[in-house]
Amino acid sequence: MTLPTVDFLVVSALLFAIGAVGVMVRKNPLIMFMAIELMWNAVNLSLVAFARQFQAISGHIFVFVVVVAAAAEVAIGLIIIVLVFRHRDQADVDTLNAMKG
Amino acid sequence: MHSVIVLALVFPALGALVAAWLGPRLSHRQITWIGVGAVALSFLVAVAAFVRLASLPPAHRLIQDTLFIWNRAGATPIHFSLLVDPISILFMLVITGVGALIHLYSAGYMDDDEGFGRFFWQMNLFIVAMLLLVMAGNFFFLLVGWAGVGLASYFLIGFWYTRPTAVAAAKKAFVVNVVGDVALTLAIFLLFVNLGHVSYQTVFRQFAILPIATRDLVAALLFVAAAAKSAQFPLHIWLPDAMEGPTPVSALIHAATMVTAGVYLVARAFPIFGLAPGVATTIAWIGGFTALFAATIAIAQDDIKRVLAYSTVSQLGYMFMAVGTAAYAAGVFHFLTHAFFKALLFLAAGSVIHALSGEQDMWKMGGLRRAIPLTAATFLVGTLAISGIPPFAGFFSKDEILGGLLSGGQVGLWAIGTVAAGLTAFYMFRLYFVVFGGSARTKSHAHESPAVMTVPLVVLAVLSTVGGFLVLPGGYNLIESWLLPALSRFGPIPPLPPPTNWGAMAVALVVALAGVGSAWALYGRKAPAVEPLHGPVYRFLKGKWYIDELGDWLIVRPVLWLGSVLERFDRKALDSGFNQIGHLVAGWGESLRPTQSGYVRRYALSFAVGVMLVVAFLSLRP
Amino acid sequence: MANLIAILAGVLCLFMGVVVISAKNPMHAVIALVANFVGLGVLFLLLHAEFLAVIEVIVYAGAVMVLFLFVVALLMAGTRAPQESRGKNLPGQVPLALAVTGVFAALVVFALAVRTVLVAPPPSTTDFGSITNFGRALFTTYLLPFELTALVLLAAVIGVVFLARER
Repeated sequence: MTLPTVDFLVVSALLFAIGAVGVMVRKNPLIMFMAIELMWNAVNLSLVAFARQFQAISGHIFVFVVVVAAAAEVAIGLIIIVLVFRHRDQADVDTLNAMKG
Repeated sequence: MHSVIVLALVFPALGALVAAWLGPRLSHRQITWIGVGAVALSFLVAVAAFVRLASLPPAHRLIQDTLFIWNRAGATPIHFSLLVDPISILFMLVITGVGALIHLYSAGYMDDDEGFGRFFWQMNLFIVAMLLLVMAGNFFFLLVGWAGVGLASYFLIGFWYTRPTAVAAAKKAFVVNVVGDVALTLAIFLLFVNLGHVSYQTVFRQFAILPIATRDLVAALLFVAAAAKSAQFPLHIWLPDAMEGPTPVSALIHAATMVTAGVYLVARAFPIFGLAPGVATTIAWIGGFTALFAATIAIAQDDIKRVLAYSTVSQLGYMFMAVGTAAYAAGVFHFLTHAFFKALLFLAAGSVIHALSGEQDMWKMGGLRRAIPLTAATFLVGTLAISGIPPFAGFFSKDEILGGLLSGGQVGLWAIGTVAAGLTAFYMFRLYFVVFGGSARTKSHAHESPAVMTVPLVVLAVLSTVGGFLVLPGGYNLIESWLLPALSRFGPIPPLPPPTNWGAMAVALVVALAGVGSAWALYGRKAPAVEPLHGPVYRFLKGKWYIDELGDWLIVRPVLWLGSVLERFDRKALDSGFNQIGHLVAGWGESLRPTQSGYVRRYALSFAVGVMLVVAFLSLRP
Repeated sequence: MANLIAILAGVLCLFMGVVVISAKNPMHAVIALVANFVGLGVLFLLLHAEFLAVIEVIVYAGAVMVLFLFVVALLMAGTRAPQESRGKNLPGQVPLALAVTGVFAALVVFALAVRTVLVAPPPSTTDFGSITNFGRALFTTYLLPFELTALVLLAAVIGVVFLARER
């Protein structure tokens, strides 16, 4: 009746891969940010699946902390994006290459 | 008494620190109080130590004070210990006493100088270093003081650092002194390696067990050190150039402190030289040669301070003749009287220079006897003393040396010393007659110096007059009886001085008077406007035997040539190799530069590649 | 029944993920991401993570995505709507990214297939993952990490206020 853990892990891995592609392919920082959220949640799914597999509640605690960290990161990241947009016309991370070596 | 003697070091050290830190904010008067007061307090400590020593029975006249262990490395710890015995107390008294007078004089002499505070802290530093040199209880701290004296002399000779000649003289003095420092360091290394100790008593007690070659090497190295510090041929070249410093510095270096360090070293380390008779004889002969050689040069010099500088070199030659023939008491005695009259002569010369607003060429002076009578009178006292005219101090001490040489069978040395004594009388009175006699050669408004400068002159003149009475012909010898018990503690008692040699005394007096007479004939009676002597010999002497030029040809030029060769090798061979390496690294960096594109997505991609590789490693692992 | 729900939810998640990264309009991406989170919440419920399923929907799909929505609306409201530039200043970026992540996903799936231990269903207990158990763990064993998360949020708040203040 219960689903095997491995199925969830496969979904998690694919979701993570999708997020990674998004980060690398898109130039809109908002979309990139959302792709990063996808990756966070892919990891969360893994943690929850493993927690059930090993009956370890600490996996859930870990996810809780990840959610908090993600919320903080979103707040800071979005304000930075807003500030950048205020100064520039384009919503394109490729124009932000002042750190070129 | 213990731990009080260290105050002799502490006072001038504090004076130097205070003057150095607060100098710019203090008035000249305050700096004078600090600088002179520090040395005067140090002198009081020395007097107290002297009284204490004198109250002890002769065999126990020794104050040793170990303050702390400096270093525990090795089998035996090296202590910071001070040792005051009849030898070092005499040096301490002269250093602090004459030093205090010179400091007082400087307050007047340097009053117009911007570097007043700097001058005083460096002078105090000099006193500290010199006191440490003579008070050290072992060779190690002797070396510390030795090097400190060299450093302070470098500061002071180059005091007027905007003058290129002063800077060059300071460098010359430093380089020549370092030759001596290296020799002393090597000697101490040898002693430490072979004996495992550096303290005087242990070293002297055990020195005899060393093989002869080692003993001679140590003694020779110590002599090189002493010769460099005390300006013995051929390492005398720095001393005349050191006249570039302010005149009180010349007085301090020449009379009270620096140059006597070599004499102190030989007297202190007499057991070592006693066990290396060959080296001791060499010392005596080099001293004799230096005495004569420097006296001949002094005849032909025109600069008032330069004449005095060569006379110092010559007088130091006498001291080395004495200590080289184991007549330590006579050497120390001459050091004592020389400190008085040479300080006097330099300070009086400084007073003359001060009166003439910096003029140093004696042929532009003249007739100053009437313009600055007090300076003239004190200078005359100094001249009489150094020329060996009784009853002034130099007569007794010089006679002590010469008579000892003749009685000891050193006829050759005695003859050299006697001739040099005649030359000394000649060139000193030449100086006196040209500067003070006759009439003024150039228009000047000479004025007598302030009291702060003349008081030290008078005090030193009195000392130069009565200083000789410590030793009188006929067996009355305070120096001898003071020093001998101290010497016997460290080693075999040196041979007792021979009874007064009346014949040598008479000859010396006649020769000195002959020197004075010929000076009168040439310079005094007619008061010539220019130097009457000429000819190749005169030019040779005026050129200082061309020692500087010889050194330039033999040492400086080959070193410069070698330096240019090595420089070319360095530039052509080594540099190009290292530049290649540098270009290689720079090239790598350039080729890696595109990876730092500044695009976040590229960084993310490279990050992802790394993650993929890690996952590949983990999942494909067997 | 549960299997069917799980498969539907998983497919929903993956599909919405693809929509998120391929949407032209950021607004569409936000909506898709909310749907993705709802699907994940369902998966969490099926994995006995009741509390996490709830906060996934409330905090993520609710609060965080509302924040995203605000920003997107704020930036798109101006006359200069943020547009992705068309220029290709990073040659080979897209194929390389797809290749690397493809290899990555294949490797993970391969590794999961090899390690069959995870295929066996876990023992099923009734109260694992209940809110009671989770709360007890959070406020006893993991009290300190919990308190520290508060500190992290505080720091974020201060940081945002600092960055957003009028200059």
